[in-house]
Amino acid sequence: MTTASLLICLAMLASFSYFYALRKIRQIAVQSSHKLHSLPRFHGAYSAAWVFGPPALLTLAWMVIAPSLLNMQLSDQLVASGFDRTDVDILISQVISVAKGDLSANFVSEQVRDLSVKYANASAQSRWLLTLTAIIAALLGFAFALRRQSIRFTARHSVERLVRVLMISASAIAVFTTLGIVLSLIFETLQFFRTVPVLEFLTGTQWSPQMALRVDQVGSSGAFGAIPLFTGTLLITLLAMFVAVPIGLFSAIFLSEYATPRVRSVIKPTLEILAGVPTVVYGFFAAIVVAPFLRNSGADVGLVLSSESALAAGLVMGVMIIPFVSSLSDDVMNAVPQNLRDGASALGATKSETIKQVILPAAFPGIVSAVLLAVSRAVGETMIVVMAAGVAANLTANPFESVTTITVQIVMLLVGDQEFDSPKTLAAFALGMLLFIVTLALNIVALYVSRKYREKYD
Amino acid sequence: MTELSTSQYQRERRRHLAGRHRSEKRFKAYCIAAVTTAIAVLMLLLSSIIYTALPALTETTLRMELQLDEPAQGMFYTVEELENVNWRRVVSNALYETFPEVTARREKRELVAILSLGATDAALAKFKANAVRPGDVVSVDMPVSDDIDLVVKGVINRNLPESERIVSDRTISWLSVLEAENRIERRLALTLFTNGDSREPEMAGIKGALVGTLWTMLVTLAASLPIGIMAAIYLQELAPKNRFTDMIEVNISNLAAVPSIVFGLLGLAVFINFFHVPRSSPLVGGLVLALMTLPTIIIATRAALASVPPSIREAALGVGASPLQVITHHVLPLAAPGILTGTIIGLAQAAGETAPLLMVGMMAFIVDTPTDITSKATVLPAQIFMWANNPERAFLARTSAAILILLSFLLFMNGIAIYLRKKFERRW
Repeated sequence: MTTASLLICLAMLASFSYFYALRKIRQIAVQSSHKLHSLPRFHGAYSAAWVFGPPALLTLAWMVIAPSLLNMQLSDQLVASGFDRTDVDILISQVISVAKGDLSANFVSEQVRDLSVKYANASAQSRWLLTLTAIIAALLGFAFALRRQSIRFTARHSVERLVRVLMISASAIAVFTTLGIVLSLIFETLQFFRTVPVLEFLTGTQWSPQMALRVDQVGSSGAFGAIPLFTGTLLITLLAMFVAVPIGLFSAIFLSEYATPRVRSVIKPTLEILAGVPTVVYGFFAAIVVAPFLRNSGADVGLVLSSESALAAGLVMGVMIIPFVSSLSDDVMNAVPQNLRDGASALGATKSETIKQVILPAAFPGIVSAVLLAVSRAVGETMIVVMAAGVAANLTANPFESVTTITVQIVMLLVGDQEFDSPKTLAAFALGMLLFIVTLALNIVALYVSRKYREKYD
Repeated sequence: MTELSTSQYQRERRRHLAGRHRSEKRFKAYCIAAVTTAIAVLMLLLSSIIYTALPALTETTLRMELQLDEPAQGMFYTVEELENVNWRRVVSNALYETFPEVTARREKRELVAILSLGATDAALAKFKANAVRPGDVVSVDMPVSDDIDLVVKGVINRNLPESERIVSDRTISWLSVLEAENRIERRLALTLFTNGDSREPEMAGIKGALVGTLWTMLVTLAASLPIGIMAAIYLQELAPKNRFTDMIEVNISNLAAVPSIVFGLLGLAVFINFFHVPRSSPLVGGLVLALMTLPTIIIATRAALASVPPSIREAALGVGASPLQVITHHVLPLAAPGILTGTIIGLAQAAGETAPLLMVGMMAFIVDTPTDITSKATVLPAQIFMWANNPERAFLARTSAAILILLSFLLFMNGIAIYLRKKFERRW
């Protein structure tokens, strides 16, 4: 039985037990002279939870544990039959794909074929075992829930306690996600630093991970110096900020200070469309429209632009970030109390003087934090640079040349086939770790700035 | 102070004031220029995509009279018999008969290249749809190859010298003959919606990607909505103020700012390598997107819950409802429109996301339509990314058309969200 049909089966059993318990408790209530403590449906829900919960948890645990156990068994068998440790991983994946039917048995050796038959049998066996235990657990749960049914049984309390536990675990998923990100990144990154020293990664100026593909290749050690990626990311981010900060800030000033409510109600959603356009569309726009335009107009004035220039990617990324800067700054400027504006006007200041000398200083911490958040967004942006920026690492500050970024390299290293312990793949996780740390730091600083330096008016 | 100096003083002041007013006007002009620039760029973006998408609206077909001479078992050909026919030969022969002067092998090959590789499928489908006897002449509209299509649409200029275009003079002359015979027609390009992905631009469609997107969104919705609502209810209504809940809240706001590609790495390391979820499947893609959407849904739901006035809760508690009953019977239904709006906006964001899905392999070349959440699939943004990398010129228009479809899909979702908000907005 597949996992999905097992779960459906359990759900059907649970709904049956719900209605059965409902009928049963109604009968009990009719016969008894006392009133029920809980409504009948809580009794039903209590029984359904006992029927569905434990087997479902069991299934989940099986999904995690069983494949690893089977793999361990398989690798023991392979090592026992005299295979080298290094080949075992590849053989295991072969055996599994033959067993699943993804790979025809004609392409593999006799031994792998035998093992895959064994593997398929073992896998089917473990599945049957799971089905059996799950059904037994469900029946036991049903019996237990029925035994507890009585007129005084506080079913509502139990059900509400369960719901509360579910809610707490749902909230904890956010924590688990962060934990999962941190742990998986740390784990792979440490493995990466076992082959490439940290210092070389952080200070090297050569980046050519493709070299590390084959052991016997010339320069097989590969080069994992990430400095060109940092400078590339920095260059494109700076270009984006040159576009996004002035346009975003002035748009925010227009929206919060000059625009009438009517104009505002039109302009604000229009700007938000910019934020809703998927990044892959911006990437296409950068690669198809902006980059050729820049190259042609550069050629007209005698400039040589690479067709994957940092300029094109940076400009388009800046456009993408405009609504981010503008809506955050708009919010902080709207939060400046009206009486500050009135006070400035009463002293004879013009509107722009009020903005420059009263509102912007008051909103400054918020604007700084908005810009920092925008920088973090730009550093982590992927699709625009994948489509419009270069792939080759290039240590330059010239916006007309092609540079590559951290995110581009992550995509390049991980798209396509991969083995999980080559330094090439692991390098992507090290870069991801770096990206995570940088964006997290930017966000924390942004939060700190806006909290610490916020003016309090009340 | 003399008379003169006073007027001088006033002049001076007036000049100063005029300067201040000029600077006011300048500043306002900067603001307006900024907004105009932003909107102009948006318009440029949209119009350039619409412009490049235009050629993909129609497709060019060539009408040929085809005839089968193989004997049939019964009176009409059966489906099986038709499927065994060498259609490539039938179609080529029809072309050779139209141009009997073409005899050299290379020229013949060039002549056949006018038609798309998908022409045989069109012929087979037409024959299957009609009862055909041996010797019957059936006229079939067959798609032409991508280059010919671009010539007919005028994207490739046929007046250019031969060396500057990919289509040879010979082919152009044949095309003119066919056009003179009224065999070339342009029709609405429905293949874009009815076909899966293909290496031939004229045959490539987004059906597979659309279905993949739907499956992925379904997984995302099923995973993120219940978890998001439960987490939001707990944090907003029930949670005590302590370090644990503080940590959760900080975590949620941080997750909202983590770059999407890092979620992709998480999906690769945890879902694929640890939980053995099938690679490239809507299941793994949907789960990754669900984790990304979760903060959006939680924040929106909390805002919706917070806008329900306390008097409702107190009234319900006053008539004896338990805290959980207060929430499920009263607060949640009143907050539902807000939750729905937030969920739709979160899903629209997820539907446009590409980078994390590339990490979990949802950009494979997949011709078939995915049938469930564990089969290999791709999504619309990933399809756009793949097409955008294709060197063939005809893919440019297809890519833009796919982008327009994606954008209208997102606009539709956001439109629903705005409508719902307007319709159910309630001030207490």
